[in-house]
Amino acid sequence: MRSSKVVSHIIYTVIILFVLYVTLLVFRSGHDTLGFVMLILLALGAFVYAWKGAYAYRYLFPSLMAFGVFVILPLIYTIYIAFTNYSAVNFLTYSGVQESFLREMQADVDQAYSFNLYPGTGGEEYQVLLTPPPPEPADGTNTVRPTYLSEPFSLAENAPIEVSARPVDEAGGTPRGSALTMRDMIKVRDPLKNLTVILPDATRVTMISLRNFAPNVKVWAYNEAQNSFSNLLNGQVVHADMDAGFFVNEAGEKVGPGFRTRIGWGNFMRIIKDEAVRGPFITVFIWTILFALFSVVLTFIVGFLLAVLLEWKAIRGRKVWRSLVILPYAVPAFISILIFKGLFNPQFGEINMILGRLFFGFTPEWTTNPYWARAMVLIVNLWLGYPYMMILCTGILQSVPSDIYEASAIDGGTPKSDLFKMTLPLILPPLKPLLIASFAFNFNNFLLVQLLTNGAPQIVGAATSVGYTDILVTYTFNLAFRDAGANYGFASAIATIIFIIVSVLSYVNLKMATRGDEVRV
Amino acid sequence: MIKSKHHKLHLFLAYACLVGFIALTMFPFLMIISISFRQGNLALGSLIPKQISLEHWKFVLGLPYADADGNIVQQPSVVLQWFWNSIKVASISSIMILLLSGSGAYAFARLRFRFRGEMLTSLMILQMFPQVLSLVAIYAILNVIGNYIPSMGLNTHPGLILVYLGGVAIYIWMIKGYFDTIPASIEESAMIDGATTFQTFIGILLPMSLPIFAVVFILSFISYIGEYPVASVCLTQTDQWTLAVGANSFLYDQNYLWGRFAATAVLSGIPISVMFLVCQKFLVSGLTSGGVKG
Repeated sequence: MRSSKVVSHIIYTVIILFVLYVTLLVFRSGHDTLGFVMLILLALGAFVYAWKGAYAYRYLFPSLMAFGVFVILPLIYTIYIAFTNYSAVNFLTYSGVQESFLREMQADVDQAYSFNLYPGTGGEEYQVLLTPPPPEPADGTNTVRPTYLSEPFSLAENAPIEVSARPVDEAGGTPRGSALTMRDMIKVRDPLKNLTVILPDATRVTMISLRNFAPNVKVWAYNEAQNSFSNLLNGQVVHADMDAGFFVNEAGEKVGPGFRTRIGWGNFMRIIKDEAVRGPFITVFIWTILFALFSVVLTFIVGFLLAVLLEWKAIRGRKVWRSLVILPYAVPAFISILIFKGLFNPQFGEINMILGRLFFGFTPEWTTNPYWARAMVLIVNLWLGYPYMMILCTGILQSVPSDIYEASAIDGGTPKSDLFKMTLPLILPPLKPLLIASFAFNFNNFLLVQLLTNGAPQIVGAATSVGYTDILVTYTFNLAFRDAGANYGFASAIATIIFIIVSVLSYVNLKMATRGDEVRV
Repeated sequence: MIKSKHHKLHLFLAYACLVGFIALTMFPFLMIISISFRQGNLALGSLIPKQISLEHWKFVLGLPYADADGNIVQQPSVVLQWFWNSIKVASISSIMILLLSGSGAYAFARLRFRFRGEMLTSLMILQMFPQVLSLVAIYAILNVIGNYIPSMGLNTHPGLILVYLGGVAIYIWMIKGYFDTIPASIEESAMIDGATTFQTFIGILLPMSLPIFAVVFILSFISYIGEYPVASVCLTQTDQWTLAVGANSFLYDQNYLWGRFAATAVLSGIPISVMFLVCQKFLVSGLTSGGVKG
């Protein structure tokens, strides 16, 4: 007893120290909020494992942590994103965009120097001579900038080089020998791009073209009072438009990258108001419900009939038949779905080849015709799903006492009336929650649609890429991950709607399955 | 049993139906086996190939083979790598799921604490929200984790396993349902004899619940082997892919490798299907009690 207590204490200590170390790393990198959240979780964990009163939570803590971090937290974040304009266009955070303004550098062409490259006596080393352009007569300013000569440097390595430069008079005049010709200069163009020349006033100039060096200057300055940025080169002033998620200038034009901002119910209103969104959304929504409904009904009919048939005692080798019939359920779904994707391929698939031979050239366009594509999705889902229904029906049928059938036969019942008037009413009530669960599963049957059709055929004229076989989950996934616009905000809005539908469904289902106050399975 | 007049005819019809039905369901499997032995990736042909070619099998197994130009090519097999990745991720996730859901289910089944019922209901309802839909958030969370612990971030197997552990709720429900069927009296008498709660859990309840643990392990293993969306977003490097992500990559429209896919499907489908069929008896009870497709 003693030693096991010591071991568990040591394990607690190691875990706590490890989490503390990671928290320290988080704080040091400047993510204070995240660090505080981790500290709170750590304190909670330590509390749960130290206080006797929280004993039950010792068993729950690990699973609740996993569930919290990878289900609840993403769910909350998704609902939060649903009220923002997060997308490829508005990708950065507000402070990220501010930083990108402050980072933006541009060559100041007015301060450019033309340059000549002089090879040193050794051959390996070079010096660069920066000559300002002659003052234009109309310029009005008489200040003539000096000509500079840099220290010798080597261009052998392709790495950033910094050399200082002095006015050419101080440096002892123009170097002897002749400057490189344009043709020779092109040869050293690439290493020359790495060169930064630091003038005596600390201005840093780099090569901007084959003839010129120019200082790189900051484009934007931040005005704290107005919370705006002004362009140092052309005087333009931009300020943040918090509703649009962009910085705009006086004329209202967008400048720079967009940032994420809360837009209230905007994403949800898009579904209602935007014609190019609403049409496809309704198509997808109706198809999702039809798809889930048909899938449940079809798989149930086939599974039920097979279960009844294989309950018939007169059939020999029922165990073997059952294993053979269950086989589609045994193969991982992603493999079967991809096999069907290939077999249904209109050009190279075997299904159309066989159909064409059997029915005189009857080859449905499984991938381009919306109706055939939907039929294909249902056929494949029937094939995938009936064994599950059969397993469920068999389980319930085996608990039905066989003497009621004998009684019915004495009363003159036919097999048909037995099936519809006795078997079906007997097994439907216990199956109801499982049928609803199956509906919810198919409502979100991502794998099937994504792997089989990826939504194709496309709906023409839709605002985003969406197809006739898309169900809500694949539509949402593709909005976020396939569409070039990466519409995270809009996708999250639809995800939120799906969440509400599915949670209502599963709540009803739970109530139906338990039918009491105490929750039990 | 009372026999109808047309008993023999009915029996014949039943057998005919079954044979026809099984022919239909087996058709894709037979086809894919045949295709894996065909030459090239686009050839149409009969069910029994006239000319057996082993090129796809050699590619899948990493053996040297002659390509279209007659050059001998030998590459380490990506398919075996993916297969190994899948087995690794699925078995580690399933073992961790067992640890988490077993202890969680114990608390819900045997211990009394506040918000027990509410927590159980909300676990079930929140779990119905598919992880696919919160992938943007999951991606961001893994990204943050990866900034501090690079070996558990994006594009790593430990990161993917962490995400999979979020699916713990349905297994808590399954195991809790099984615990509820075991009378608590043995544990109670052991407690009277001085055993601690933890000891009764490990020493009494766990050994009696091995069947449900087997069911949960197999169901979660199969569901993680076949998981596609999370793995496809979280794993970007080809050599990190799982089988589900890799197999799909053979059937991209731009790069349609039907033959290679066929060999991959047969190679990876057989062990998983055999495992399922062997454990079928266990699973049927688990499926009907949990009511959730694995």
